[in-house]
Amino acid sequence: MPKTLAEKVYDAHVVRSADGEPDLLYIDLHLVHEVTSPQAFDGLRAAGRTVRRPDLTMATEDHNVPTLDILSPIADPVSRAQIEALRKNTREFGIRLAPMGDRDQGIVHVIGPQLGLTQPGMTIVCGDSHTSTHGAFGALAFGIGTSEVEHVLATQTLPQYRPKQMAVTVDGELPPGVSAKDVILAVIARIGTGGGQGHVIEYRGSAIEKLSMEARMTICNMSIEAGAKAGLIAPDQTTFDFLQGRPHAPQGADWDAAVAYWTTLQTDEDAVFDREVHIDASLLTPYVTWGTNPGQGLPLTGSVPDPADFADEDERRDVEQALAYMGLTAGTPLREIKVDTVFVGSCTNGRIEDLRVAAELLRGKHIDPDTRMLVVPGSVGVKAQAEAEGLDRVFLDAGAEWRGAGCSMCLGMNPDQLKPGERSASTSNRNFQGRQGKGGRTHLVSPSVAAATALTGKLTAPADLTTVEV
Amino acid sequence: MDAFITHTGTAAPLRRSNVDTDQIIPAEYLKRITRSGFEDGLFKAWRTNEPDFVLNQPQCAGASILVAGPDFGTGSSREHACWALLDGGFRVVISSRFADIFRNNSTKSGLLTVLLPQPEVEALWAAVEAEPALPVTVDLQAQQVTYSPGGGQGVTVPFRTDEYTRWRLLEGLDDVGLTERNLPDIEAFEARRPSFLPKALPVI
Repeated sequence: MPKTLAEKVYDAHVVRSADGEPDLLYIDLHLVHEVTSPQAFDGLRAAGRTVRRPDLTMATEDHNVPTLDILSPIADPVSRAQIEALRKNTREFGIRLAPMGDRDQGIVHVIGPQLGLTQPGMTIVCGDSHTSTHGAFGALAFGIGTSEVEHVLATQTLPQYRPKQMAVTVDGELPPGVSAKDVILAVIARIGTGGGQGHVIEYRGSAIEKLSMEARMTICNMSIEAGAKAGLIAPDQTTFDFLQGRPHAPQGADWDAAVAYWTTLQTDEDAVFDREVHIDASLLTPYVTWGTNPGQGLPLTGSVPDPADFADEDERRDVEQALAYMGLTAGTPLREIKVDTVFVGSCTNGRIEDLRVAAELLRGKHIDPDTRMLVVPGSVGVKAQAEAEGLDRVFLDAGAEWRGAGCSMCLGMNPDQLKPGERSASTSNRNFQGRQGKGGRTHLVSPSVAAATALTGKLTAPADLTTVEV
Repeated sequence: MDAFITHTGTAAPLRRSNVDTDQIIPAEYLKRITRSGFEDGLFKAWRTNEPDFVLNQPQCAGASILVAGPDFGTGSSREHACWALLDGGFRVVISSRFADIFRNNSTKSGLLTVLLPQPEVEALWAAVEAEPALPVTVDLQAQQVTYSPGGGQGVTVPFRTDEYTRWRLLEGLDDVGLTERNLPDIEAFEARRPSFLPKALPVI
């Protein structure tokens, strides 16, 4: 029977299947961070259990870590206690940890690919919804809760139900200045925050095939914002080239065997998807969100929507609530919205390519004097590479702040937060109320829109810069 | 995890869609390393900033059933959202659509999530808004929600839960113990994993 890519990966990991029960799925890689794991380790201890496969488990510190003065003890005692709990737990259970200051430390979804731990055809889980990022390599990767973290630690498996299959096909040529972030924001605006529920999304089509691994990760990362269980992309030469030579990539005969297997990881021609969505890449323009969920997005050329234009009463109420929270007036052109802070970073857009794009727009210029810009590399490795390329100087000379690696202002669990009423243009993934700090207002954008916005102080597309006095 | 068989309580009508887990429990509360005591963070921002917020209303004070708009529990995978609802006195959330990870987490923590068609949610909203003290029964054994608006004829709304999850919830069983019964299958699977798969151990 013809299968989709996701079905092939799923089937290859079924440990046990029985009528009336979920399948038991084997997990090839379990990534752990400080926020969703302490209660899981406590559960193991209470039951007298051990970690079944510490060799398939890796931990890092990312959500809580400060991005300034990273070698001093964390000032916030609650954050510090959580980091200390992770250190104690990984020591006790024999799990590798990349702590603050380590060359391998970083956002969990940045370091997996960077180390070559993320490979095609694997099952990967983490107590973090953006685990879908790893699907860019043709892996079946999804976020889990703390009870499931405990389950994977104890058994290296998870009970699972077979997900439904969705294809998002993006064909055509992306116009200049339009990026992977705009593609995924457009997909979410099209299908809604619940559009992918119960499904795994396979992104395919000529526009996807042309994307770099970094760009593919940006797209798969936000599958969760479309409600999907996971998102993935078939591995190809771009994938193999990215992986070859990385510390955990197979070598020698193992590499050849792996590539031979990875090459089979394609959706069969006659495979059937439960739902299909088509997007014409050539029609896309830079996207920005105006509301308080990631589906509330529009092309930057648009205006703040009018609640009166929504026929459905519940939807109208949601739009009214979103505009009230965001402090926006219906009909305002999005390009006239002034921001206080620009954030470049996160597991969505904190990789080297994202920093290069932002730096290129800033090179030799200075950001708007009333705007603060925070650039937070996704990992220590990304930071080192950016510094080797001189990108840190570009950001600093432009008046931006160059920080240490971590999740930072994506969710404000560390000191990097918006103040009440402050407005950001952010390359992160969630514009929920209060996400970046209590009362903060978030507009999700691509790295190039973020950089252009930093230059003008208003939401700006890179193409606008030629006509704007900077 | 506590077993869930049937529950009767009053319901709070939360007329919002896309209630994300950052609203249910903000990130600052996630720094804690305990599994309980999250009631102080439940819907913190709305409870603080919106006097009209439904859970600030005295008539919702003892509510144990939350009736929410579609796409409840979107966003972060934090199971703390389920713990906070349980700690805040809720045993059941009813919605026409749940985010997958939230729903999955709920089945691991003993919070019952009931999927009803949106018109049934609307009817329940109307009933409890008219009569906040209306007792609502959610019966997992019979898989039905029942209530009698105005003391009149009872309304019975059926719902479906997959049989395996229903059995686990009725028995209050946790998954790890069940999976450990299948250890020989796990060992056999491990014996046939390809050798090229990576190990997370440090590379010197």
